[in-house]
Amino acid sequence: MTELTRADDWQPTATIATLRERARLLATIRGFFAARGVLEVETPILGHGGSTDPHLDSLSLTATTPAGRKRLWLQTSPEFHMKRLLAAGSGPVFQLARSFRDGEVGRRHNLEFTMLEWYRPGLSLTALIDECEALIREVLPTDPGPLRQRRYRALFREALDVDPFTTSLADLRRLAGQVGGLAMDDADRDGCLDLLMSFVIEPQLGRGGIDAVVDYPASQAALARKRLDPEDGVEVAARFEIYLQGLELANGYDELTDAAEQGERFADDNRQREALGKPSVAPDQRLIAALESGMPAGSGVALGVDRLIQMALNRESIAEVMAFPTPRC
Amino acid sequence: MANYSTNEFKGGLKVMLDGDPCNILENEFVKPGKGQAFNRVKLRNLITGRVWERTFKSGESLEGADVMDLDMEYVYTDGDMWHFMKTDGSFEQYAVDKKAIGDVEKWLKEQAVYTVTLWNDNAIAVSPPNFLELEVVETDPGLKGDTAQGGSKPATLSSGAVVRVPLFINQGEVLKVDTRSGEYVSRA
Repeated sequence: MTELTRADDWQPTATIATLRERARLLATIRGFFAARGVLEVETPILGHGGSTDPHLDSLSLTATTPAGRKRLWLQTSPEFHMKRLLAAGSGPVFQLARSFRDGEVGRRHNLEFTMLEWYRPGLSLTALIDECEALIREVLPTDPGPLRQRRYRALFREALDVDPFTTSLADLRRLAGQVGGLAMDDADRDGCLDLLMSFVIEPQLGRGGIDAVVDYPASQAALARKRLDPEDGVEVAARFEIYLQGLELANGYDELTDAAEQGERFADDNRQREALGKPSVAPDQRLIAALESGMPAGSGVALGVDRLIQMALNRESIAEVMAFPTPRC
Repeated sequence: MANYSTNEFKGGLKVMLDGDPCNILENEFVKPGKGQAFNRVKLRNLITGRVWERTFKSGESLEGADVMDLDMEYVYTDGDMWHFMKTDGSFEQYAVDKKAIGDVEKWLKEQAVYTVTLWNDNAIAVSPPNFLELEVVETDPGLKGDTAQGGSKPATLSSGAVVRVPLFINQGEVLKVDTRSGEYVSRA
């Protein structure tokens, strides 16, 4: 049974006029990729495997499948299915996919949201950043300012006078604890860096321009390749994040194509999940098999469409550009 | 009491923080693109009334606070304590101390119904009804016939509160006042 909390609870939180604008912007996005020869695809929202990312909480359900009752995972992004298409020879693909992340609630988050994800075999990370910029410019009604590549390490040095790669864990814990006003004594390096990134650096990003943050610590690689930074000689993750107006908009990788390493990262993730007291998630064996058969090297990126639309329409929260956010679903 | 994890935090949830019961006002989820999430939470300390802003790692939990808001009728004061009685027919009484009564002391009227906040069955706060009807016990004499013109004067009410009233109001009249703003509304 559903419970009405207010008499007008049945109403959409976006006006009908806003929904028209939303539809127009979605058409713009589809037009952008059609003009560039990127194929639109649709892949399942459910999967036999889920995201093992220790900081993503997947929803799952049990359903009757042709193979009997199975636990299926609601996808946190369409990444695994789309990579399997790449391995099957699809060429460049994009998708507007409904994605689900448990626990993500707030002005900038909704339990389910629309992810724009696209993959470009053979394209470098820098070329993909440029394509992201072009798309953002096409969707926004006004010029957001120039694109700037910002190195993760330099951002920390400038904003906090610490080096995220070499500062001692004790110093990072102290600084993160001060900034957040909470005990960080048992936090790991990435936990401390995540807090400093969220609380100090992010709010300053994407002001007067589009910021692409690059060269993340290797420990934050997720599904990106790792490489040696020619400037610093340290191992960094070949990924980027796009920020605009203090908001994270997109997350791109030079995609990991090594099946063995992918399998190790899944196992690593589940070990971390266990340490965090989180349930383990079935890794996607079909993705591993697809990588074994060979996925073309290239780059891919996921962009939060609701946030981009929120910015294009100059709204305060993503609820204002969604028909029915979770509290009203 | 049960423990509540950050993903159960919502407006109105009562939790213990630093030994005091608190009411959660806002809970904002903060997360860098990839990586650990945090919750920025605004809470009102129910003892001091102060609003705190605290950060928690997502998944951390707080102990629930045994806090209840109950309707109670004001009965009397013995000088040290103020006595309220449940309106559920049980005639059960609660004594409220000076700290918990706070500013509401000047809005007390016998038999009026107040919201009394109990923590572990002790009264920690009292809120008055939004509107009360109270008698004027002291004010300058009213100006006859001056019912339209602006201007106001102070009037002391039977509960002890002093409010600005129109010039035509006389001692002995019963007025409707808004306890939230401390403003005169109308003659009762």
